Amino acid sequence: MSISRRKFLGWVGAAGLSATIGKSATASTHKHFTGYPGSFAVLHDTTLCVGCRSCETACNKVNDLPSPDKPFADLSVLEKKRRTTTKAFTVVNKYNDPERPKKPVFFKKQCNHCLEPACASVCFVRAFTKTKTGAVIYDSSVCVGCRYCMVACPFEIPTYEYDQVLTPRIRKCTMCYPRVSKGQLPGCVEVCPMEALTFGKRQDLINFAKQRIQKYPDRYVDHIYGEHEMGGTSWLYISGVPFKELGMREDLGVTPAPELTAGALSSVPMIVGLWPVLLTGLYAVSKRKEKIAQTEQENAVALALDKADASPQSIISEATESQTGEES
Amino acid sequence: MTEETIAENKSFFNLFNICAGIVVVIGLYITYLRFTGGLAAVTNLSDNNPWGIWISFDLLCGVALAAGGYVTSAAVYLFGMKKYHSAVRPAVLTGFLGYSLVVLALQYDVGRPWRLPYPLVVQQGTTSVLFEVGLCVAIYLTVLFVEFSPAALEWLGLKKARNLAVKLTILLTIFGVVLSTMHQSSLGSLFLIAPSKLHPLWYSPYIPIYFFVTSIIAGLSMVIFESTLSHRFFAYKMDETHLKEANGITLGFGKAAAYVLAGYFAIKVMGISAGNNWHYLKTGYGTWYLVELIGFVALPALLYAIGVREKNLILIKWTSVLAILGIILNRFNVCLVAFNWQLPSSERYFPHWMEIGISVFIVMIGLILYRFIATRMPILYAHPDYKDAH
Repeated sequence: MSISRRKFLGWVGAAGLSATIGKSATASTHKHFTGYPGSFAVLHDTTLCVGCRSCETACNKVNDLPSPDKPFADLSVLEKKRRTTTKAFTVVNKYNDPERPKKPVFFKKQCNHCLEPACASVCFVRAFTKTKTGAVIYDSSVCVGCRYCMVACPFEIPTYEYDQVLTPRIRKCTMCYPRVSKGQLPGCVEVCPMEALTFGKRQDLINFAKQRIQKYPDRYVDHIYGEHEMGGTSWLYISGVPFKELGMREDLGVTPAPELTAGALSSVPMIVGLWPVLLTGLYAVSKRKEKIAQTEQENAVALALDKADASPQSIISEATESQTGEES
Repeated sequence: MTEETIAENKSFFNLFNICAGIVVVIGLYITYLRFTGGLAAVTNLSDNNPWGIWISFDLLCGVALAAGGYVTSAAVYLFGMKKYHSAVRPAVLTGFLGYSLVVLALQYDVGRPWRLPYPLVVQQGTTSVLFEVGLCVAIYLTVLFVEFSPAALEWLGLKKARNLAVKLTILLTIFGVVLSTMHQSSLGSLFLIAPSKLHPLWYSPYIPIYFFVTSIIAGLSMVIFESTLSHRFFAYKMDETHLKEANGITLGFGKAAAYVLAGYFAIKVMGISAGNNWHYLKTGYGTWYLVELIGFVALPALLYAIGVREKNLILIKWTSVLAILGIILNRFNVCLVAFNWQLPSSERYFPHWMEIGISVFIVMIGLILYRFIATRMPILYAHPDYKDAH
């Protein structure tokens, strides 16, 4: 429901835009929904990140997560590629720049808060909501624990409390929705000493990122990751190395996740509408065939019986006729 | 039935009872661990691999292999193939038990099973394929229950209720086909959301159609396979009609399966063409794909066809096993083997023995229930009071 309304709004917006600027606003991406107007985003400039893990510390604190196995000051954990877990909604990974082997590149990973989230579209109990602030939040009070969101997420972000017996939850970054609602910055953004993270309106951040790329073309690859990936995300990244070197998929495409299953789902009403008609028709045909066969059989039997009844009489009458003939 | 076969049956059932007892005890123990220690205590599931064999086998294979109910009842009641009538009750019983066990397996797999009705009664996630699957499975389980009920009601001697349930046959059969078309295909649609995780040879926009078509193959093959087993162990329960029709059912269903498998082979090749995925066939995953396509689709199609042409019942029966294994292989490939194919092997999933233990436990419950019902209720024979009712 909400998605179709969103799309509708998107189309209205696109139509309005094309009317004013005279060309299709979405021709390059076929994308209609570009986020709630004025929604927020975070821009991660990986060229500024030094891998200090302050963001991880802050995230742990604001989300009341259990303390990690190794302290946050221990940077040796960066040597191993990590993913988000139930204890860590964000992780910083270290990658080597193939062109500058001595200078590692750091990349912060957390929920990307898709504009049209796969997790929200596949949740059969609507536990996920894309809020007007841009955050994708999760409501554990309805979650059944089917973990389809984890299957669906192209960024492999949601994690699950497999060790909880009665209250297992999906755990993931909330883009600090409670803090942002109160006018505060997300924990990680607030604490970053290098200003590698910028919080702001998504459209402003895209413009800002474009300006930076134009201003320092030698420093950045010409790609804002998250501007279009999976229909766009509320976390955006700029980098000096291709994103696939940073463990980010570059083959995700620009189709928003809900569209991947929309076609299959749209066939459902057709099956419900047409199948009963077709099947009842087949039933009627087979029933009629049966009836015709039965009638034919009955007729054949009746005919045979008639014949059988008639024959002795005719023999007698023929015999009497021939007799009378002979006599005369 | 000779004394020899009775003795043979007896010793088999003793063996069966022992095995069943062991499996049930282990299953109950794992059940205890699962509901006291959480999923982590008994599974190898991880954040990268949220679905294991309880989904790939118990749900995906379970639903496909329970398709015999709708396939057989549609053939007999809607398409008027009356000569297969004696196959309906066993097939509907298998379907009913199959779906019940799928729902049982989900109690283990989902994190908070007592919330399974939430998508229906609390909040409806209508954009989810899983919502459709859940809704269809819930309704279809009810349909199967009513379809199965005449046998139970005849056994209990409740004539009026039985006659009422029988009156609904045509309606229920149509319902069954509609619901099965939707959720059998939707189990495939579940994976449409993850093109970046499922190998391109298995990921296809046609995957819902593949899942639906393979469910027909699974249904037909299961009827043949199951009737083979029933004849081996429950022949003494069968009436004359059942025994007389059995060979015709094997031949007819084998013939249908040969055609459907051939068609399935064709649309699989079309799928590779449409996605232009030919170059993947040269890779390791391509070899595995060809094993599935040649060994478990083309081969059973051919063997079924030969078996039908030469009226070789034994060949058809063995081919049904091959075809069933092919369906299981396909579901495992889509859900596990080709899923997350880009992850390093250290991050891939392999089931914990206790996950396998629960799957075996659930199949065993199915066998025990089938035996309980087939030896008591009029499944393999017509109840003397209702002999002319068909």
